[in-house]
Amino acid sequence: MAIDVFSALKPQDILFLGEAALRTLEISVTAIAIGSFFGVIFGWGMAAGNRLITFIINAILDIFRSVPLIIQLILFDSFISILGYPAPAFVSGTIVLSIYTAALVANVARGGIEAVPIGLRKASRSLGLTYWQDMFYVVWPVGLRAVFPSWVGVALSVVKDSALVSVIGYVELLKASQILITRTQDTFLILTIAGLFYFALSYPISKISEKIEKRWHE
Amino acid sequence: MDYVFLWRPVIEALPQLLLAALVTIEVAVISMAIGMVFAFILFFGRTSKSWILRFTSNVWIEVARNTPALFQLFFFKFGLGAIGIIIDSYITVVMALAFNTAGYMAETFRGGFKAVPDSQLNSARSLGMTFPQAQCYVVIPQVLRAVWHPMTNQFIWVMLLTSLGMLVGLRELSGETQFLNSRTFRTFEFFAVTALIYYCIAKLMLLLFRILGWRLFRGG
Repeated sequence: MAIDVFSALKPQDILFLGEAALRTLEISVTAIAIGSFFGVIFGWGMAAGNRLITFIINAILDIFRSVPLIIQLILFDSFISILGYPAPAFVSGTIVLSIYTAALVANVARGGIEAVPIGLRKASRSLGLTYWQDMFYVVWPVGLRAVFPSWVGVALSVVKDSALVSVIGYVELLKASQILITRTQDTFLILTIAGLFYFALSYPISKISEKIEKRWHE
Repeated sequence: MDYVFLWRPVIEALPQLLLAALVTIEVAVISMAIGMVFAFILFFGRTSKSWILRFTSNVWIEVARNTPALFQLFFFKFGLGAIGIIIDSYITVVMALAFNTAGYMAETFRGGFKAVPDSQLNSARSLGMTFPQAQCYVVIPQVLRAVWHPMTNQFIWVMLLTSLGMLVGLRELSGETQFLNSRTFRTFEFFAVTALIYYCIAKLMLLLFRILGWRLFRGG
């Protein structure tokens, strides 16, 4: 079987893929923002709370790390339909992805807080800083440096995992490419374009993050 | 809420689900094993003298790490299908997951090999071991210890990724659930039980790896 040199792919199809790529970005950026916000709060709860609180937060978040994302999406989608509030795919996708992100970021944030030497924090408190001043001016900048690369890693994995939101009907990049493949039968080319998009997004960010990490550790 | 939960179909199908869970574990173990072998090859390929080996290894690692696993699976399934290579779903999933694992683990091994000082290899060589002997008996065991924790995480991750099989028609745990769901339409009940099974498998695997790690590396 020969591959056609002239594809049935039209210019507006490329536009269609481009729009889908934007939807991939939209859902991942939203989920990363919401998920990181709550993740940092959970991470702080685990680092600052007593053993019981830490155990409870960790046990709950662990569920989201031990069940495939695809199952979480289907489960949540059918659950809100049962409750009688069916939501658009973007909304349920964003909620599930955000919780998943929060579960991953919580561990990163906890690591960041615990990476700050206790002596440093005692010193800042004894200089008269309040607990929250210590948190914002000492723990945040020092901890962020320690775990920034891990956070970038989590963010990039969320971009890649957003491809799974297609199972509940959100037409993101990979779903859009499947739709085009069904019509044009130009499988190889379309899949390559989709792959290149993910690569073009993920590769530079991971390299830049590596560079930043190296510079910070010098 | 006027929805009536019906758990009977799920309970009746439980043996089927548990059998499918075995397929999930099987696919995960096979993919992980093949992926680990390729990860070693990629790690050595990356530092090879031949530029073609270096280039291939680098491309493999970067593509595996920078594109979605689902994309990789579709590529093996539909991309190869389009040029006339049609492979069974089971093998496609194993290939895609092994490809993915190899890329991630090659990067992990880089850290692991860095953790073993050069003097270890040199001493082993000066004791009369050949290069492969020194690697197998001295260096690699220490690398394995260094990467045991990330390797455990990777394995759990691969196990969870086998759920993508349902999108290419593989009847592992998720695929089987989807199949049963399409006949009974008890979506929530079925997937809730499946989620629970996944959780149990993940915890069981974690425990097994802990015990194995403790048995292999204790005293170290």
